Amino acid sequence: MVIDISQFHDVFFEESFEGLDIMQSELLELKPGAADPDSINIIFRAVHSLKGGAGTFGFTAISELTGILESMLNDMRNGQKDITAEAVELLLESVGLLRGMLTAIKHKAPADDVLRADIQNRLTLMMAAETDDVLESDNLNDDSSAATQAVGGWEIYFKPHPHLFQTGNDPVRMLRELATLGEFSSEVLDEKLPPFSDLEPEDSYLAWQLTLKGDIPKEEVLEIFEWVDEDCDFTIQALAVEVSEPVEESMLDEPEVTELTSEAELPEQTVSNDEAVADAPLPELSLQTVDTVADGTNGKTAPTASSSIRLGPDKVNSLMDLVGELVITQSMLSQLADNFSPEMLPDLIDGLAQLERNTRDMQEGISGIRMLPIHTAFNHFPTLIKDLADKTGKKVELRLTGEQTEVDKSIMDKIGAPLALLVRNALDHGLETPNVRLASGKSETGSLEVKAFHQGGNLIIEVHDDGAGLDEQKIFSKAVEKGLLSANVELSVDKIHKLIFLPGFSTDDVLADESEHGMDVVRNNIESLNGVIDVQSTKGEGTTFTICVPLPFAIIDGQTVSVANEKYILPLVSIIETLEINETDIKHVTGKGELYTLRDKYIPIIRLYDVFNLKPVISDLADGLVVVVEARGQQIGLFIDDLLGQQQVVIKRLEDNYRKVQGLSGATVLGDGSVTLILDVAGLLALYRDPSLAMHNERAA
Amino acid sequence: MSGQPKVSNLDDLQTENECFEYFAAVDNDTEQYLHFTLADEDYAVEILRVQEIKGWKPVTSIPNSPEHICGVVNFRSKIVPIVDLRRYFEMPIKEYHPETIVIVLRVEGVSERTVGIVVDSVLGTHNVAPSSIKLSPDLGDGINTAFISGLVAVDDRMMMLLDIDRLLSIEALG
Repeated sequence: MVIDISQFHDVFFEESFEGLDIMQSELLELKPGAADPDSINIIFRAVHSLKGGAGTFGFTAISELTGILESMLNDMRNGQKDITAEAVELLLESVGLLRGMLTAIKHKAPADDVLRADIQNRLTLMMAAETDDVLESDNLNDDSSAATQAVGGWEIYFKPHPHLFQTGNDPVRMLRELATLGEFSSEVLDEKLPPFSDLEPEDSYLAWQLTLKGDIPKEEVLEIFEWVDEDCDFTIQALAVEVSEPVEESMLDEPEVTELTSEAELPEQTVSNDEAVADAPLPELSLQTVDTVADGTNGKTAPTASSSIRLGPDKVNSLMDLVGELVITQSMLSQLADNFSPEMLPDLIDGLAQLERNTRDMQEGISGIRMLPIHTAFNHFPTLIKDLADKTGKKVELRLTGEQTEVDKSIMDKIGAPLALLVRNALDHGLETPNVRLASGKSETGSLEVKAFHQGGNLIIEVHDDGAGLDEQKIFSKAVEKGLLSANVELSVDKIHKLIFLPGFSTDDVLADESEHGMDVVRNNIESLNGVIDVQSTKGEGTTFTICVPLPFAIIDGQTVSVANEKYILPLVSIIETLEINETDIKHVTGKGELYTLRDKYIPIIRLYDVFNLKPVISDLADGLVVVVEARGQQIGLFIDDLLGQQQVVIKRLEDNYRKVQGLSGATVLGDGSVTLILDVAGLLALYRDPSLAMHNERAA
Repeated sequence: MSGQPKVSNLDDLQTENECFEYFAAVDNDTEQYLHFTLADEDYAVEILRVQEIKGWKPVTSIPNSPEHICGVVNFRSKIVPIVDLRRYFEMPIKEYHPETIVIVLRVEGVSERTVGIVVDSVLGTHNVAPSSIKLSPDLGDGINTAFISGLVAVDDRMMMLLDIDRLLSIEALG
């Protein structure tokens, strides 16, 4: 039977790209000279699996390159090689190259062989240069590794966990390999072996006490156990040449016992003259490779959009459990319904409560699967910015906040490219060169901030730069020139700014490269997610792009409130407390504004019927209730008529079929099919401060 | 209009044969329009845009919205705005009762939306050949005719064809 392995290609590509992402983020955090051995290990493993996969599928170019990378990383891990800035840079380039190669293979496009040959060359050069060097530096300052080698052998305790065989590892093969290293003796510890009747044939019960004599580097021993370090108990201890103590005691008590995972300590070495060797071919090529990285995030390789979600078995199991509970509840309820009598009412109520609990758990479990922290979309920005800053000679400090904000997978797949474009634009067009900045009284280094957070069922992402701001004059004349509007139209500054989102609009004069003409693409992308993008810009002070994308499945706990014969739902999370107050507790500000003292803090009282222009039923504060709510760190007192029930509601957007209404985050359909509007506390506060915001809803005169 | 039998109400088609003749006569060049009235004026919308014709049900009003937006309702689990065309056209208003008719329409624009309009009565459907559509005359600044895509004579009445994408665009609705 012939198995067509091409059916596994997708999985390979997906895993490989994931591995490359991991490598890239680890590499970016690697501090030359003081690298964390764990992250080197992680990078090494990613390379190793990539090599294995590429070998299996016959992508020889990739397995060749990864082979070189692997041996280089192995040297780094063993401390035989410095982790220099150059090496990290080269590794990053290689990651970019691998990404390009994989993409090329995936789309059956020709790969960039010239670039590959070059990087491969430089890798080999660096390898060669450093091995020579390490020989010297070893003698000079690498005491620890000298110490590890001057031993007469090793005492090893190895106890595989019961599931070792299931991971595809076989202790016998490892022991056999160990025996090839030196004089080898072993003792089987079989006290855990159960009676034959209880024996699980697929589990591993044995443990070994191994002695390996000879001048063997510790690394070689560890390498054999590399792949099982999470699936076994393992200790290794140097065997002093003259001593032969009872084994088990020393193994447990000796302080020198080291664990496998924390072993790969990297001796700090002084940076040596190998820098010069590696340095020479660097500058021009770095641009090229990072471009390939950028391309990956740029939407040009868009087909990654419909990727899959990978789940741990425990998550699936817990969901299965939930479904089980749901089925039980359902059968209980239908049994109740079969022969229902009034005295069974308490049972019915209990059953419904249980159903509600199950449904909620289910919903949380399922949305948990689809949610990912947004930092995977942010991951590429540091490289992108670093490269662009180098290229343009600008100085920039990138700040990312809200990286842990959880985002639905479907949004994540589509938002990466537009975000990258916005970030690029901010640097390309927004921020000025250091000279210009100094001349206009700003600090030399520009700031670029990307912020993500949730607000009322929406994901909000802000990209802010403190650069020159948008040039209204230029935008306007460009729009006229492109025939998008006539020259005698008068537009507000805000409206002019929004022109940049028009299709076919671009201010690409000779200097600017491809990036600006993506604005309408960005808008399309955001709109395909039912989102909106807005721009705020002040000349000389900077530009902020705000992306607002609805979370597709937003369920909140709501508190129903009544005011002026209308009902609204207030998100429970925003409520702090509810008060009954009197007119006399209120301080007036310029006759209109009302303030209430709540535990030494003044909070403004907002009458909901006022901001919504409703005819009040209750206008005396004493007759109604004040709900203290919080939005963006500010507390306000919302004056309403009464509190009604609480329930879970699904947020539906008003703008799907109508438009965004200030002060409302959406609407929901209740059990009886009627619609209730959901209040947006932050929006209410804005509306209170600036009642003209309501006018946006009025018909354009 | 082309030569098919003139039927203003599908309910008038009594026999199977009549139905057959009627639909056979609908050739590809004509488009079907839904004919409705407002006060004593006749309007029509493309029938392919009609999702449902239903009776009036209480709506949830939206704060700070223009008067002609009655509010929103739940239509097939979507939150759909209802527009009172009388108020929108600044005609004398009429009280709502369960017999008041709401036509739910599919509106195309940047994105596809669903919008309901409140009308007085629905009269039926008409097949209209493009050649029989007359352009609406310019009635001066006082009367906005931009949302009327054309005029068609039916029997001795003048039916105004509505460009609902323009009439019910977000910008126009406010």
